Amino acid sequence: MSDTEATVEEAAPVPASTSCGQSVLHPGRDAYLGTVESLRNEGYCSAIDLTVVDYLTHPGRTDLPEGIEPERFEVVVGLIDHARRTRIRLRVQVPADDPTVPSLFDLFPGTEAMEREAFDLFGVSFEGHPDHSRILLPEDWVGHPLRKDEGIGAIPVQFKAASERR
Amino acid sequence: MTTPVVDEAVGAMDMGSDERVRRRDRSAVLRMTEVEAAELAITPRNPITGEVADERMILNMGPAHPSTHGVLRLLLEMEGETVLRSKPIIGYLHTGMEKTGENLTFLQGPTNVTRMDYASPLFSELVFSLATEQLLGIEVPTRATWIRMLMCELNRVSSHLLFQATNGMDLGAVSMMIYGWREREEVLRFFEKVTGLRMNHNYIRPGGVAADLPDGWQDDIRHLLEIIPPRLDEYEILLNNQPIFRARLQGVGVLEPAEALALSVTGPILRATGYDWDLRRDEPYLAYDQVDFDVVVGTCGDSFDRYAVRLEEIRQSLHIVEQILDLMPDGDYRTQDKKVTPPPRARIDESMEALIHHFKIFTEGFHVPEGEVYAAVESPRGELGCYIVSDGGPKPYRMHIRGPSFANLQTLPHLMHGRLIADAVAVISSVDPIMGEVDR
Repeated sequence: MSDTEATVEEAAPVPASTSCGQSVLHPGRDAYLGTVESLRNEGYCSAIDLTVVDYLTHPGRTDLPEGIEPERFEVVVGLIDHARRTRIRLRVQVPADDPTVPSLFDLFPGTEAMEREAFDLFGVSFEGHPDHSRILLPEDWVGHPLRKDEGIGAIPVQFKAASERR
Repeated sequence: MTTPVVDEAVGAMDMGSDERVRRRDRSAVLRMTEVEAAELAITPRNPITGEVADERMILNMGPAHPSTHGVLRLLLEMEGETVLRSKPIIGYLHTGMEKTGENLTFLQGPTNVTRMDYASPLFSELVFSLATEQLLGIEVPTRATWIRMLMCELNRVSSHLLFQATNGMDLGAVSMMIYGWREREEVLRFFEKVTGLRMNHNYIRPGGVAADLPDGWQDDIRHLLEIIPPRLDEYEILLNNQPIFRARLQGVGVLEPAEALALSVTGPILRATGYDWDLRRDEPYLAYDQVDFDVVVGTCGDSFDRYAVRLEEIRQSLHIVEQILDLMPDGDYRTQDKKVTPPPRARIDESMEALIHHFKIFTEGFHVPEGEVYAAVESPRGELGCYIVSDGGPKPYRMHIRGPSFANLQTLPHLMHGRLIADAVAVISSVDPIMGEVDR
C-alpha cells in the first residue's frame, strides 16, 4: 500500500488525502486531465465511476487538504488499477459561475454516459465531449434536478373538487 | 498476482488500442439528437456525403419492444438489414432516486435503493449499507455478514436464472423462459420466508440485517441445492446442443478485453472476454476470502460466452451457498451499537427510554459522521458502487449509485455494429441490462 502511494505522489504531485482508508487526489481543474492521464499510464486501466456533488447547502467541508479552495461543485472520478488492485478517487473543485471541466472521453471512452448524466442532472459541462446532451431527462427539460437549489416534487398536483362532496 | 490476460489487456491499451476503440466509436455510436434522427428518418441521407441513400434509414426500436428488457429504446441506423450506428436512449424509468435518497434517512435508504436493480435488490441494499457502515465506522457481527453473503449469493442465482429465462425467450427458446422462471420462483420463495417479500426486500440494513434466518432455513437451502443443479444440467442439454441457439449466439457481439476496460464494462460481460476480474476475489468484502469458488471466464467474449459464464456462475454461487450452510456462525444478526440499532420490541413495553430511543431512530434517524466514501460489490451485472457524502446529519448529503448496467449499455453500439438487426436482440439480451438501475 505504501508502495502505491509513493508512486502516485511521484506521478501526480497533487494534494492527496484519505477518506475511510480510500486514497483521494485533489487536482485543480487545470491539472485534472494531466493527472488522469498519468494515472492511466501508471496502470489505472478503467474509469469506474464519474459523478458530481453539489456542495451548495453543505455546512462546510473539513476533509479537503490545505490549499484546496472549496467550490460549489465537485466532480468525483473513481479509477481502478486491476493489476495492483488499487483504487483512487479524484475530487475536482468546479466553481458555480463557470461549471466546466475537460471531458475524459479521449482517455476513457467509458465515461461518455457518466459525463452526460452529470451534465443532465447537475449542469456541469464537459469540454470536448462528443455528444454533450441530456441522457436521462427529455431533451427539452429545463433545469438540473440534482442541484441543491432545485426543489423536490416541483410539479403541482391539482386535486379536483373532492372537498365539496364531503 | 497478475494474470497474463490482465497484463495482455493492459498492454494492449498502452499500444493505443483505445485509439482503435475511439476510431470504431465514430462508426458505431450514433451521436445525434432525436430531432436530427427524425429528420434523417424522413429523408434518408448519407450522413457523411449528404447524398440521398435509399438503403440507409433510421429505425426506432423500443421503448416498448418485448426484447428490450423494459424500457430501453434504440435508434438504429440501418443499411438494409445491417445495423451501422446505433444509440441507446434511456431515461424512461428515471424517477430521480438519487434525489429521493437525499431526503430519506440512512435507515430508510435501503427501501429506496432496493428498487433500482429489481432483479438483484439485495446487492443494492448491501452496497448502501456497506458505505454507511464505513462512514459510521461500525463493525457488523459475523453472523450478519454471513447471512448477507448467503442472501446475496442466492440473489445472484435468482438473477442469473432470470437472465437464462429472458435470454432463452428472446432467442426463441420459449420453453426456457418457463424453466428459468420456475427455478427462480423457488429461490424467491426462500426470500419471502426470510424477508417477507419476494422482491424489494429492505432486508440488509446499515448495522446488519432486518431479521434472523427463520428456523429450518438449512432445510430450505438443502432443498434448493438439491433441485437447482440438475435443472442447470437440463438447461445445458436443452440450449447448448440446440443448433439454432448456438448459431444465434456464437460469434455475435464480440467484445475484446481492452475494449471492455476502456468502456468501463464490469461483471460477466468483462469476464466473458477472458479477463479475470471479480471483486469477490480481488477486493474481498463480507467474508468471501473464507469461501472457495472459481471466477468463471469466457474465451472469445461473444454472446454465447456471456450466456455460458452466467450459467456457470449459478453453479459457483450454489457452491458458495453450500459452504455457508456449514460455516454459518452463531451470534447477533445486527450490531448491538445502540446508535444505529433500535431497542428490541420487548424493551419498548417496559422502558420509557427505550421507547424514546426507538422513536428517535425511526423519526430523526441516526447521525452519520461527515465524510465521503465509495463502496463496491460484485452484483450479477458487474461492479455496483455506492458513493455517499455525509454532512454529519441523519440523511445522506449525496447518494450516488454506480449502476453496472448503466456503463454496460455503452457497449451496445459496438456489439451491434455491422451485424443484422436480428442479432441486435441477441446482443441486448446478452448484455442483460436492468433498466431500473440504468435510469435510477
